[in-house]
Amino acid sequence: MDVLAVQVLNALLYAAVLFLIAGGLSLIYGVMRIVNLAHGNLYALGAYVMAWAVGVAGASLSGGIPGTAPPLLVLLLPVAAAVVAVVGAVMEPTLLRPLYRRAEEYQLLITFGLLLILEDVMRILWGATPLSASGLWAAFGSANVLGAVYPRYNLLVIVLGLAVAALLWAVVYRTRFGVVLRATSQDRRMAAAMGIDVGRTYVLAFALGTLMAGLAGAVIVPIQGAVLGMGVDALVLAFVVVVIGGLGSLEGALAGALIVGIVRTVAIQYFPELELAVLYLIAAAVLVTRPAGLLGRA
Amino acid sequence: MNEAQPTLAPPVPTARRPAAAWALGPLALLLLLLPLLEGVPLVGVLASPFQRIQMTYGLIFGIAALGFNLLLGYTGLLSFGHSAFFGGAAYTVGFLVRYLGVTTMELWLAAGVAATVLLAAVFGLVTVRYTRIFFSILMLALSQVLWALALKFFWITNGTDGLRIPTPGLLGGLVRTEDKLAFLATTYYYYVLLLFFAAVGLLWVLTHSPFGYALQAIRDNEVRARFVGIPVRRYRYLAFVVSGGVTGLAGTLWAPLNGLVTPDILYWPFSGRIVFMAVLGGFKSFAGPMVGGVAYNYLETYVIKTTQYWQGLLGVILVALVLVMPQGIIGALGWLRRRAREGA
Repeated sequence: MDVLAVQVLNALLYAAVLFLIAGGLSLIYGVMRIVNLAHGNLYALGAYVMAWAVGVAGASLSGGIPGTAPPLLVLLLPVAAAVVAVVGAVMEPTLLRPLYRRAEEYQLLITFGLLLILEDVMRILWGATPLSASGLWAAFGSANVLGAVYPRYNLLVIVLGLAVAALLWAVVYRTRFGVVLRATSQDRRMAAAMGIDVGRTYVLAFALGTLMAGLAGAVIVPIQGAVLGMGVDALVLAFVVVVIGGLGSLEGALAGALIVGIVRTVAIQYFPELELAVLYLIAAAVLVTRPAGLLGRA
Repeated sequence: MNEAQPTLAPPVPTARRPAAAWALGPLALLLLLLPLLEGVPLVGVLASPFQRIQMTYGLIFGIAALGFNLLLGYTGLLSFGHSAFFGGAAYTVGFLVRYLGVTTMELWLAAGVAATVLLAAVFGLVTVRYTRIFFSILMLALSQVLWALALKFFWITNGTDGLRIPTPGLLGGLVRTEDKLAFLATTYYYYVLLLFFAAVGLLWVLTHSPFGYALQAIRDNEVRARFVGIPVRRYRYLAFVVSGGVTGLAGTLWAPLNGLVTPDILYWPFSGRIVFMAVLGGFKSFAGPMVGGVAYNYLETYVIKTTQYWQGLLGVILVALVLVMPQGIIGALGWLRRRAREGA
């Protein structure tokens, strides 16, 4: 029984992080029709910023003794995410906006270029050695869940993922900004004609999407560390999620993240060799049968 | 999905084409004579054995990018999964060596191209139903399946250690060279060069045939193309299979040159590099991708030499290209030529 509980929690943990990444990717696509190949590296940037901040703040708070980082450091999570959002807010108007009138393939090319650049920016800033913030993870200790011992920090991440999903739903469907967002995504020109500042909406939507990626990176870093290449891996997994759920659909991103989280946990347990291939095959199978994804609109 | 999309490539006026073709003649001659020019002032720099091996890499990338561009430039499909064909062919060579002990280049070529054509025929059944972003992502997902298999089934593929590729015998084993450097820098250089010419010729004929023009019509306006009676889906499929096969040819030739096949060449960033080559040279012209393949290889070799942050530098170049010079090297040359003519 406790093994099952741990597996379920692991699947949820994985799904929560994937939802944060894929939800941001999907949001950006939904509003601007940009498939942001650099999204995974913005997630990695969030991880690096968080690891670095935990290192700096942890050292000053606990007198430099590793492993004693106080749980207070979780307050750095939104800070790291905000740093990434700022990067996004700069990227959209300077690099992507000039391309909206051209074919969307150019956006793939430019975001691929940004992916390469961001990878090396992180290499320059933090070097090739992985960074870790496991002190924060350890400081939380573990709890008893249904007879299983499970790290408390992981539970926090699961709750955080659920909270972000709920918050995002509220923003999109219950606020004025959400109305503006949906109107712009439906018909950009009509929205502009109705007096919506499309440029501002685009910056905000893009920043919100990158904020989620940054947050995902920040929450994962105490668990698994920050390492070069994590962005590229995450991007493809996020693609799998949005392809399953439906590109541009937030509910789809949530459903896709849950499916991928569960399948991956099961696969790791029973068919470790097929773990990655199975995910891509599911994505391909969904695309073949339902091109718009399970919850996407065609 | 059928709404009118901004087209990728306004067709290059056909009247300009011959001018570009004339420039290719002397370049082809230079390539043929290259090994004889060692030690000659000016061009001799490009003719040392090391440089000839570099050129061989460049020519192979040129073939890969040409095959890739039959989809991007001519059919309007941006594949982010051509690593599947390049790497698939290279792994076919690896398997032939490891499990069957075959070391004949022609058998590698036959098997490598056949395997990629088959792979493209299967992938194409699924992918050509889609266009634009959906096509790109689907290709990416499918190519990642192969990467994941190559990585995880290490008892078959040797995982990240990869498969060793020995120096092959050419022409059915008649030509065998023990000295690896001499083999790669001269014999193999010519072997690749001839196949490069063959691939260029094949694609030139194909793109200047009714089939090629039909592809461009599909690229520019799918609805109109269907309306005039072009079987859009079937033509896309054929273009996809040919594109995969040509890129597979490049992958087969690459394997013995590199001497080692690892999962890297199946990983999707490698597809991005093929995309980069086409864009660098100019994917709106026929010659662009092969120029881009050669240029990319020099860029990578020398940029890597000067900085460890070569990826970032390549990224900056790509971003600048897309923003400022979307028609690539060939487009820039044409622009310079027009300016020179107007200035005179």
